[in-house]
Amino acid sequence: MESINADIVIVGAGGAGLRAAIAIAESDPALEVALISKVYPMRSHTCAAEGGAAGVKGTDDSLEMHFNDTVSGGDWLCDQEVVEYFVSQAPRELVQLEHWGCPWSREDDGSVAVRPFGGMKKKRTWYAADKSGFHILHTLFQTSLQFPTIKRYDEYFALDLLHKNGKCRGVVAMEMRSGRFFSFQAPVVIMASGGGGQVFPFTTNGAIKTGDGMAMAYRAGVPLKDMEFVQYHPTGLPGTGILLTEGCRGEGGILVNKDGHRYLQDYGMGPETEIGKPVLKTMELGPRDRLSQAFWHEQKKGNTIDTPWGECVLLDMRHLGEKKINERLPLVRELASSYVGHDPVTDPVPVRPVIHFMMGGIDSNINGETPMPGLYAIGETACSGLHGANRLGSNSLTDLLVSGKRSADRAATYAKETGRREEDPAITAQAEGIVTGVRELLLQSGGDESIAVIRREMRTTLEEGAGIYREEEGALASCQKIEQLRERYKNIEVHDKSNVFNTDLQQALELRNLLDVAETVAEASLERRESRGAHQRLDYVERDDENFLKHSLAFRRPDGRPSIEWLDVTITRSKPGVRDYSGGKGE
Amino acid sequence: MSIRQLELEVMRYDPEQDQEPHFQSYTVPCEEDWAILDAINYVKENLDTTLAYRWSCHMMVCGSCGMMINGEPSLTCKTFVRDLPDKVRVEPLANFPIERDLVVVLDDVMEKLERAKPYIIRKEPPPEDQEYTQSRSALHKFKQYTMCVNCMCCYSACPQYALDSSFIGPAVLTLAHRYNLDSRDQGKSDRLDILADHDGVWECSFVGACSEVCPKSVDPAAAIQQMKVDGAIEWWKQKLPGGKS
Repeated sequence: MESINADIVIVGAGGAGLRAAIAIAESDPALEVALISKVYPMRSHTCAAEGGAAGVKGTDDSLEMHFNDTVSGGDWLCDQEVVEYFVSQAPRELVQLEHWGCPWSREDDGSVAVRPFGGMKKKRTWYAADKSGFHILHTLFQTSLQFPTIKRYDEYFALDLLHKNGKCRGVVAMEMRSGRFFSFQAPVVIMASGGGGQVFPFTTNGAIKTGDGMAMAYRAGVPLKDMEFVQYHPTGLPGTGILLTEGCRGEGGILVNKDGHRYLQDYGMGPETEIGKPVLKTMELGPRDRLSQAFWHEQKKGNTIDTPWGECVLLDMRHLGEKKINERLPLVRELASSYVGHDPVTDPVPVRPVIHFMMGGIDSNINGETPMPGLYAIGETACSGLHGANRLGSNSLTDLLVSGKRSADRAATYAKETGRREEDPAITAQAEGIVTGVRELLLQSGGDESIAVIRREMRTTLEEGAGIYREEEGALASCQKIEQLRERYKNIEVHDKSNVFNTDLQQALELRNLLDVAETVAEASLERRESRGAHQRLDYVERDDENFLKHSLAFRRPDGRPSIEWLDVTITRSKPGVRDYSGGKGE
Repeated sequence: MSIRQLELEVMRYDPEQDQEPHFQSYTVPCEEDWAILDAINYVKENLDTTLAYRWSCHMMVCGSCGMMINGEPSLTCKTFVRDLPDKVRVEPLANFPIERDLVVVLDDVMEKLERAKPYIIRKEPPPEDQEYTQSRSALHKFKQYTMCVNCMCCYSACPQYALDSSFIGPAVLTLAHRYNLDSRDQGKSDRLDILADHDGVWECSFVGACSEVCPKSVDPAAAIQQMKVDGAIEWWKQKLPGGKS
């Protein structure tokens, strides 16, 4: 196996990984960065984000208000020093992106435009029509091309971390086109590999989002934090799960049930606002957890619409008019017309909640540091405590930038202090062990389990046990089922024995990651016996600050199963209070 | 929802086993609202796990799933079963070497992308802590050319690239033009050499096939046309007395 030495290895070349790579290259051209990605950078799932990136802009807005929205939106599970830092750096990072050429939409005076977003009290979401993530990703990727010290390894699939004496020492990866294995050795690995929405059956997440980084860290002994908090986006297209941005509602779209009634007013997000005049932080501009939960209740009451793709409500944007829809929501129009045959200019569009984002991830702090020295985690794969129990829309794109930059600065310092190490037989042996495991998986034959079947059963059970609403029995059943699936996994057969672009093998390895991640989601959902943000229990309906104002930490036990421990939340200035989405009526 | 039987003829090629690419047929029961990508995924999950292809977002933005569908370079997530006959031929993108099955080698365009210097180049520093002012009309000038998802369908359609792969090609030229047109950029002269030399815009023969197949309506042909005009003007500027060279 070939060794590749670098000062810093970054796993994942989406928004977070690219931002970090650029920051390192800018800060010290002597540092060699190895940027590993299982896909070409422009395929990374950052491209699918639509609505925009939050950062205080207007003179009527303040860091304090962005802080308060984020903390209450996260139902007080946010680590507040992380939020303080995040809101303070957000505007700077968004301006930086503008300087790099991001084609943000503009106001009449030529300044960058901002739009309303759910749970935000002020207009502070910077956007590039409804392709904000796409433009952010391409701007970062193209900008990164000017730095010769960023060496890309496109279509290299990372397998597992290398570590010794509790310190991170690198990562092993497989080159897809050749099937060859490489041991990337460096004092620093920055995990920027995205979320794992593919653990669920119905998701906005692309096929590549299989929680690889989370699973690698978890197997290396690093805990996964707050995994029970999984965000449903309230407006996904039925059938495919394609996202229709919150920007639809930010621009004035409304949600109605089968009777044409704007049902959100019945779930603490009223009174009803005038159609076409959206009011911030209420009704359709409430937070995603509340909106998705309201759908669940409407479905129970029989107020949803039966469509060929299942139960839906309607997202009505007709009153916005064709001109505005074309200017602000062109992708939404294209997607809804193509995939469900409803043009938002002329028809209400059927939508339903869809798995969108993991608030949880690799336990990390404000610097992206994890409990394992040398291992950093940023973006969706990380849980720095920024999003708490429910992320506000448009905070995550900004987080890619803020956490990417900050961790890069810290990691660069650490890499220089630590320095590269001599060839170490123990690390070589560890790398060989990882590769042997993969080779055995590839060569084993006679197995009677199918990757697709195990994956399907995993997704079904996780939705049953850890969906929009959870309860003890279902979550427990889900834990047990996933445990069985992990056993059955041992008996899978990889039919493709080729070394060249073997996606059968890749899917088998991804499934291993998915099962690890899914099990932590189910276990943490079982153990958190309260309701908070995106985690709602039918058997523990209240928020319980006395016992659960805490992060969950899922550790991998020697038998492979997770055990849950608890970690205090950092509160600096906002004591837990009531989340108010009555449009200011309750303040 | 009604089911329709589709016969998929898929090109297969494993360089470790096959001398030549060959076709393999699969019968796929399709829902009427499926994209071809759904049919290919059906094959992968239910009929043949060895099939290799790229895909991710299934929503027309990641650009991974460009393939030839009945001879047309297309995004498979954007090509619907309802618009196709009962027999569909799926091949890897034309004009690229085949890596495996439906996966092509993209090294050439990835290298060209870098040569186009697709980033803002400044001769003077940007405004401190605030954005550049850019009018909507200034944004409109280049916005369309930012929409490219790098699916490389245009390279598959381009007769010039088919003849001579040293041609820089539609998507990359368009990207260079996008930065040249951006009011924040001052790097036009830095991009002149690569674009105006023998591999650059002058090689384009103006068939316009790139724009016809572009799934994002980027219109590379228009960008290349504009670049030729710009390039001629720039060239003369530099040659005239008082010019740079």
